[in-house]
This record gives sequence, C-alpha cells and structure tokens, in this order.
Amino acid sequence: MDETAYITLKDVRKAFGPKKVLNGINLTVPKGRSLVVIGGSGTGKSVMIKTILGIVRPDSGSIAIGGEEVTRLKGKDRDAFLQRFGMLFQGAALFDSLPVWENVAFGLIQGRNMPRKQARDIAMEKLRQVGLGPEVGVLYPAELSGGMQKRVGLARAIAADPEIIFFDEPTTGLDPIMADVINNLIVDSVKRLGATTISITHDMASARKIADRIAMIHKGEIIWQGPARAVDTSGNPYVDQFIHGRAEGPIQMEILKA
Amino acid sequence: MNFLANLGRVVLALLTEIGSIVLFIKDALVQGLTPTIYVRQIFDQILKVGYNSLPVVGLTAFFTGGALALQIYLGGSRFNAESLVSTIVALGITRELGPVLAGLMVAGRVGASIAAELGTMRVTEQIDALTTLATNPFKYLVGPRILAGVITLPILVGIADIIGIMGGYIVGTRSLGFNSYAYIKSTSDFLQVGDVVSGLIKAAVFGFIITLMGCYHGFNSKGGAQGVGRATTNAVVSAAILILAANFVLTSLLFSE
Repeated sequence: MDETAYITLKDVRKAFGPKKVLNGINLTVPKGRSLVVIGGSGTGKSVMIKTILGIVRPDSGSIAIGGEEVTRLKGKDRDAFLQRFGMLFQGAALFDSLPVWENVAFGLIQGRNMPRKQARDIAMEKLRQVGLGPEVGVLYPAELSGGMQKRVGLARAIAADPEIIFFDEPTTGLDPIMADVINNLIVDSVKRLGATTISITHDMASARKIADRIAMIHKGEIIWQGPARAVDTSGNPYVDQFIHGRAEGPIQMEILKA
Repeated sequence: MNFLANLGRVVLALLTEIGSIVLFIKDALVQGLTPTIYVRQIFDQILKVGYNSLPVVGLTAFFTGGALALQIYLGGSRFNAESLVSTIVALGITRELGPVLAGLMVAGRVGASIAAELGTMRVTEQIDALTTLATNPFKYLVGPRILAGVITLPILVGIADIIGIMGGYIVGTRSLGFNSYAYIKSTSDFLQVGDVVSGLIKAAVFGFIITLMGCYHGFNSKGGAQGVGRATTNAVVSAAILILAANFVLTSLLFSE
C-alpha cells in the first residue's frame, strides 16, 4: 500500500479565548489507512477533526488533503471538498424531522441533487449493509435504540461512498457486544470502500480492532504515534497509563497539579 | 474602579453581541437568501410560521378589535365622540395593533420554536452534520425560515386586520347599538390604502426580526438543555423588544409629514 501522506496536519493551532485546545498538531495519514486517535476527554480530539472538515477554522497551521491545502476553501470548492467525506458523529446526529432513509440519503439528495427515488434505493442498500431492514427506513430516529442510531449514522457516513471517513467516538455509550458489532461494521465498510479514515476514541478495544496506526493526543499535541501493534510497547508513560486505564501516572499527576 | 471595570465589561459584551448579530445578518442574507434555494424547506416553514399561527393571531385580533371598540366608545362618550368608534378601530388595528400584536404573538410562538429547534440541532451536532453532508446550514435552515417570516407575516397581519375590524364591528353593532350599514360605511370611507399598506410593511419587517432572532439565538446556543432554554428565552425577549423599537422607527418614517 502507498505509504505517502494523504491527510497531513502541520502545526495546527486553535484556541477558544484563553483556552488553547490544539497546540501544534502534526499528523499524517497514508491513503487507504485507518488512523485511530486516542486521548482523554477535553484533549482536543473532536476539535482536531472539525478543523479538518472546516467546521472549526484553525488559528494557524496547514491542513492538506492529497497535497491540496484545504483551510481556506470557500463556496463551491468547499462543497466539492466536503463531498469527499463521510462522518459518524458521537451521538449519531441524525435529523429528528426526517425518516431514517432520508437521513441516510440526505447527502445524496441535498448535496448531490440525486432524484429521491434513486437516493432512497441507495439508502435502503446502505441500511442493509449495516444490518438494518427496510422496515427501519421508514421509522424516525427517536423510535430507534442507541445502537440502531449509530448504525444509521454509519449508513449515512458511507452513503455516498466517500474517500475519507471520520468516526467520532463510534462505540461510546454502547454495550460491549453492540460496540463490537459497530467495530466490525466499520472495518467491513472501510475495506469495501478502500477509504482513508480517522477515528477518535477512548475505547481501546475499538482502537485495536479498527486501527492500522494509533496516535495519542494530550493537551492539544500528538505525543505518540505508531503502528497499532506497537501501542503496547510504546515506552511512552502517557500511552501506557491511558491504554491500561490506570489512575496513577503522569496524566493524573498533571490534573492534580492544575 | 470596580464599577468602571464592570461597566466596561458590559459595554464590551454588548458590542460583541451586536457585532456577531451583524455578521449573522450578513451570512443570512449573503448565504441564506442566494441560490441554492431549498423550495421544499421554504414551503414547510411557510406552513409552520404562517398557517399554524393563524388561530392565535386571529383570536388576538378579534378580542383586541372588540376591546378597542368598547374603550373608544366609553372614552369618546366623555366628549361626544362615540361616532368615531368604527374609524378609530379600523385605523388602530391596521396601523398599529394588527402588526404589533401579531408580531408579538408570532414572536412567542414561532421565534421560540425556531430557537428551540435550531438550538437542539446545534447541541446535538446536527448542524455540524449538515455541513459534513455538503449542505450549507445558512441556506438549508436560516434562509427558508427568514423568507417564510417575511412572506407570511404580512399575510397574517392582513387577515388579523380583517378579523380585528370584524371584532370591533360585532361589539359595535351588537352591544353598543351602532347601525350595521353606518358602521361599515364609516369604516370604508375613512380607511385608506396607505393605512393597510403601512401595517403590512411593518409586518414584513417584524417577520424578518422574529425569524432572524430565532435563528441567531438557536444557531449560537451552547451548553445542552440549559443553553437551548436560554436561547429560546433570548429569542423571544430580543424579538419582542426589537419589534417595539422597530415599530416606533417605522411609524416615524411612514407617517412623517
């Protein structure tokens, strides 16, 4: 597989008022690879993904996709850029006012002007791929369980066969079995599409299952990155503490000092 | 020094808020009201903002027209001016009470609903999801709501004018002893097109204010359920104050000699 960088973040910084959230992020993801970013709550994981998508504008630094700088994209260029992405949100972020199939087909109908009938057929096929039957397509999001909502969110993320997919805490709030089902669906979907992915999570079982590479973010900086299999032998005390879920260690000590 | 520091903080916060509202208006006009136009969304919002507000606006206008007729009759009798009831009811409803009361009622019903809906969409990341699906939230959410407000408020106020004048007519003819024909003739003789049009212009401006405030506060809500609640309250309060202020300015402009 081509190991040249496809998604590249260089010295990306973002502050909200006096609070520095991203403190010089440097990260690369090769095409077709799956990077999982681990880290505690409030370390800047979600903001990092939102800066790549342009939902949050970075204060400085460079973000390039396939060699193209994307931080200053506007108008139609930005729409075309976003059509290359799919995203699964932490809470699924399904549109309450639309039935499930229309949630899945939303990007096809509104973003790509696809006829509703054709988009509906694609939505039903994507729902089938995540293990949901056509009877679910006509329900509203409020009528679904958390696990089903996540699956619909996944179907929406892959509906337009994107080349890049982001997963924000894909297994948070799910029981271990449903979490594993979602992990398997992510791995299957990504393999089928050959997509480049970035996932953020603090679920190590999920990280081990879906990652080619793992990076750890702490206080808005990437403090370690390497192959997924190397995470247990990283030699980094922050990573060791995080993956073993220990209360004692450098992260806790810094919290106590603050 | 503490007083000056606090005053400075309040002034800075106020200026920041005004600045962000102006930027939001710019985005709403430049992005929200230019192609791509989501026709289906516009029709949905016209139904929600206009059609669903008809009962509350109609009832408000009817009872206000009736109460106005009673007040003018009782007040006018002090200097033998009871005969002016029909004219003053018509002028009062079309120029002032129709647009202002309809605006305030719609601000309570629709402004709150827009702020709650968009606020919930914001805190549950649905607005971010729209962006990732290559759909501009200003075009999909803000533009259709503002258009619906500007289009439907004048229609609502036109209907409120008719119902309000009818309320005055019913009270005037049934309990104050006015002759039906004379009441209608006096209304139609003295009411001018400009009276009605001025009210409809005010209504369009109020429609813009209500939907803009609903969208602005909803769009910028944060902090979960409490944030959505705060956005809803702020949307209604700011829309109500701006309606009353705009009404004064518009009245000065429209009726200046």
